[in-house]
Amino acid sequence: MRITLGAVSKPYTALKMKTGDWGTHWPKVDEELCTGCGTCEMYCPDMCIEVVKVGEEDGKEVKKAKVNYDYCKGCGLCAEVCPTNAIKMELKDIYKV
Amino acid sequence: MVRKVVRGFYSVAHSVKLCRPDVICAYPITPQTEIVENLAQMYANGELGNCRYITAESEFGAASILVGASATGARTFTATCSQGLILMSEVLWNAAGMRLPIVMVIANRSLSAPLSIWNDHQDSMAMRDACIIQVYVENNQEVHDLIPQAYKIAENRDVMLPMMVCMDGYKLTHAYEPVDLLDQETVDAFLPPYDPPIKLTTKDPLTFGCYAPPHCYMEFRVVMQRAMERAKGVMAKVFEEWAKHVGRDWGGLIAQDHMDDAEVAVVAMGSVVGLVREVVEELRNEGKKVGLVKIRSFRPFPTEDVRKAMENVDKIVVFERAISFGHEGPVATDLKAALYGYSDAKVYSFVVGLGGRDIPRSLIKGCVEKVIEGRVEPGCYFEGVKEFEEVIV
Repeated sequence: MRITLGAVSKPYTALKMKTGDWGTHWPKVDEELCTGCGTCEMYCPDMCIEVVKVGEEDGKEVKKAKVNYDYCKGCGLCAEVCPTNAIKMELKDIYKV
Repeated sequence: MVRKVVRGFYSVAHSVKLCRPDVICAYPITPQTEIVENLAQMYANGELGNCRYITAESEFGAASILVGASATGARTFTATCSQGLILMSEVLWNAAGMRLPIVMVIANRSLSAPLSIWNDHQDSMAMRDACIIQVYVENNQEVHDLIPQAYKIAENRDVMLPMMVCMDGYKLTHAYEPVDLLDQETVDAFLPPYDPPIKLTTKDPLTFGCYAPPHCYMEFRVVMQRAMERAKGVMAKVFEEWAKHVGRDWGGLIAQDHMDDAEVAVVAMGSVVGLVREVVEELRNEGKKVGLVKIRSFRPFPTEDVRKAMENVDKIVVFERAISFGHEGPVATDLKAALYGYSDAKVYSFVVGLGGRDIPRSLIKGCVEKVIEGRVEPGCYFEGVKEFEEVIV
């Protein structure tokens, strides 16, 4: 970690400054439990979850929730609303003392 | 160098002028006002070169303007006290965290309520923990000499912190004293132009004091504490260099008199030191083994120096000009903490002269004698207080 004099940093837009490091926890999706229903995608206030096709089974698309950790602020809404409890909020390593 | 009888205000303003400041910004408050009035006059007379003198709408504004100015690499100055300093405090904590070497003179004055414009150290003591270097001066020559040194210390790459030069309001600011006024060549040969390690320009915008989440905030604070610790060495070196350069030696982080064989140490800060020194001399002439420790730098606290100075004393008398309500005088607290485990000396803290209450020589002498003769237990006492009754209205 680099600690700058006077906490000086260059100004950037969100393209470079990933807001994902604001949160202390991040959501982890258990793909065994995720049904790809899309509830989390609808609730995510930062548009950080997308339900994407991961394969096919019996001619039907298999979809799972994928998290964009670059911008997820760790609010935990997705874990709260998941009907199958497939999302768990985990403490990030940098916050472990 | 020319010796002139000047008031404390001018002694400060003249010295600031010789440091070639780039931006001066202030808001008037008694007893500081005439410091910046003197500078405003110099500015109007064209004596300040390319300096910008900015009048602000409040102390909060003045401090904020200086934060911006200092970030661009300007050498900055302001003066304030009391309520003005408290109004600045939010900005000053930021200035310290942003590592901006703003130099300010505090014309020490008491805090409201009750409203008082007179002198004590309560205002600067309230800023004790802000990571701002605090040095207390004894007279108008010391403050005159200290300002170029303050810039050299604050702007040192190993330090990069704001610095407060604390002078007693009225007792020094309004006093006429003969002062050896420095000349431009002397200051130029001592103080190089400010060379900021990083600066804000319109072409290269920067964020100062950016957001630090819990995973990295503590590290910034550790770095600030290190800078304060390093400041001790830098200050000692700059003080020594000044003594050689100008021939006036004000001591290090502390200054001491008769401490070699002292059994009782008397500790004080600011203008009262002159009086305490005379009392110590008087007691010495009476054969009492008394010594004086003048604390010059309160932050960083001269822990190692006081341990060394107090090594062989049995009793320590502290004259405080402030009170940490609910505990005791702040100097005694720090002194005891510094000596814990190093000395078994008993500490007697006397809070005197709050809100401009006179501190007569007899009071100082009486307190020290009381301690020498064992007529008082270690602890914290208000001295010079009248008989009174607490009533509702």
